[in-house]
Amino acid sequence: MSDNDLVTPYPQLRQETLARDRGLREKVMSLEQAAKLISDGDHVALGGCHLSRTPTAMIWALIRARKQKLTVSRSIASSETDLLLASGAANHVVTSWFSQGLIWGVSKVMRHYTEKKLAVFEEWSHMSMGLRYRAGAMGIPFMPSRTMLGSGVGEQLGEKLKTMTCPFTGEELALLPALNPDWALIHVQRCDAFGNAQLDGLQFMDLDLAMAAKRVIMTTERIVSNEQIRRTPDQTRIPFFTVEAVVEAPMGCAPHECYGVYEPFFSHLDDYAHVTTKDPIEGSKKYLDRYFYGPKSWPDYLSELGMDAVLDACRRGRSVHND
Amino acid sequence: MTKHQANDATYTASELLCVMAARLLKDGQIVFAGIGVPLLAATLAQQQFAPHLTILFEGGTIGPRIVPGELPPSTNEQRCTRYANMVLPITDVLLLLQRGYVDIGFMGGAQIDRFGNLNSSFIGDPNNPKTRLPGTGGGNDISSLTNMIVAMKHEKRRFVADVDFITSPGWIRGGKSRAQAGLPQGGLWRVVTDLALLGFDEATREMQVLALQAGVTREQVQDNTGFKLLFADNLEAIEPPRKDELATLRRLDPDRRFTA
Repeated sequence: MSDNDLVTPYPQLRQETLARDRGLREKVMSLEQAAKLISDGDHVALGGCHLSRTPTAMIWALIRARKQKLTVSRSIASSETDLLLASGAANHVVTSWFSQGLIWGVSKVMRHYTEKKLAVFEEWSHMSMGLRYRAGAMGIPFMPSRTMLGSGVGEQLGEKLKTMTCPFTGEELALLPALNPDWALIHVQRCDAFGNAQLDGLQFMDLDLAMAAKRVIMTTERIVSNEQIRRTPDQTRIPFFTVEAVVEAPMGCAPHECYGVYEPFFSHLDDYAHVTTKDPIEGSKKYLDRYFYGPKSWPDYLSELGMDAVLDACRRGRSVHND
Repeated sequence: MTKHQANDATYTASELLCVMAARLLKDGQIVFAGIGVPLLAATLAQQQFAPHLTILFEGGTIGPRIVPGELPPSTNEQRCTRYANMVLPITDVLLLLQRGYVDIGFMGGAQIDRFGNLNSSFIGDPNNPKTRLPGTGGGNDISSLTNMIVAMKHEKRRFVADVDFITSPGWIRGGKSRAQAGLPQGGLWRVVTDLALLGFDEATREMQVLALQAGVTREQVQDNTGFKLLFADNLEAIEPPRKDELATLRRLDPDRRFTA
């Protein structure tokens, strides 16, 4: 396995985990402090999916901290990954689908960076992304599966995808390499100071992401007490010892959605699509200046989105609690 | 926008696709549906004649009900979970396909070829593409693991002899090539277009016209296709969308976000 640079060697994975402080300790910090933990060139996996539970606040902090050469992976990538490319923070995207969203057509920012070969868009099937994280979470080097065979998607991956004949049945299977990202950025509805995270609604790949990652940065709509967590431990989805930092970031997915709290900011996303379609380079630059580099703080960013937009997204988001 | 005229009612090509696709579904089926036409078609079937049909969303939802006028923008938002039986992690809902619980996978397509392979990744040379498209999402998984219905507009540039890139495999190179590639289950079952209903020859797996939309000729279908089509011996004429079908669709999508 000397030429393997795809799968973290098992002794290393175990050693790095063992070396971490896994005690029940408080780890609350600011977005800026959490951003300092991440190094240029790290592999950062993004929680949520598409327009949902996107860890926008942490991505915002990474872009403001002028990170470079990150590899980002996500089940489905949207405008947040556009901005990671446009800001120069990331140059490699590993995902199954990458565009702002069907209703806005094909993302011009994604097209610009991938067609001009300024960034790599490495495409795996959606289930394959999930099984790669799951293999990472399970501490095994690969997962067999029955998709991507016979397709261009499989072929394009070259040596990253292997096949084997099943030793039991003789069938041809695809082998997906385990993915253990350096970091997982996950946003949840509530979490305690230790990192015990409870999330509502769709889980996407976040549980596997947390278990697979070498460390997790957890942003949360609100920090709750450990006593509150202990009253409903069946609702806790991610255990504290996977988590390195806890950051309270209200409206932390905006302009995307957080289940039961706010829906996507559709008008804002329409405007984003409009300016980046007209000119992917200038449009994304102006957007980053106004919303990412300009604001003094996260609340200042939310003010820039506008109180009307915040209230509208919250009204729609909370409608799931209505009869 | 194509306007069709029938039964005193006008309807769009997207509405025609929704109605035709809905009619292919059966009560009791488990249907893995993409957003847009597939979701509208599956919901239409549920409301018209298939109350026991279950919709699965890639985002992880089992059996949601769609609130009229609140169609989800993708399969991953909270709108996908309304009145659902269960939410699962994405990987686990996709694994239901591999385990074998799903009857029909249902999606749209950007480009299709004579063997039903779909491309949603690259237009032009994949190594130097004219256009980078968003990619597979769950398309490759769904098409690798279950029987598929694809709904798309019938245009020559979309119906090509060979796709530029196989994102979601159909019958690959025809004959037994799909099974030989390691995909023994599923395959592309039906293609619904605004001109025709198409299937695939049992032996060669080449695309075959099974029925024509009302008022459409064989020549029209062939002229809008970039390869030579097979035609079934007895071509059926399809009943145009009925008023009740269109009324249900328009109640679901009053703003015409997906049916314009």
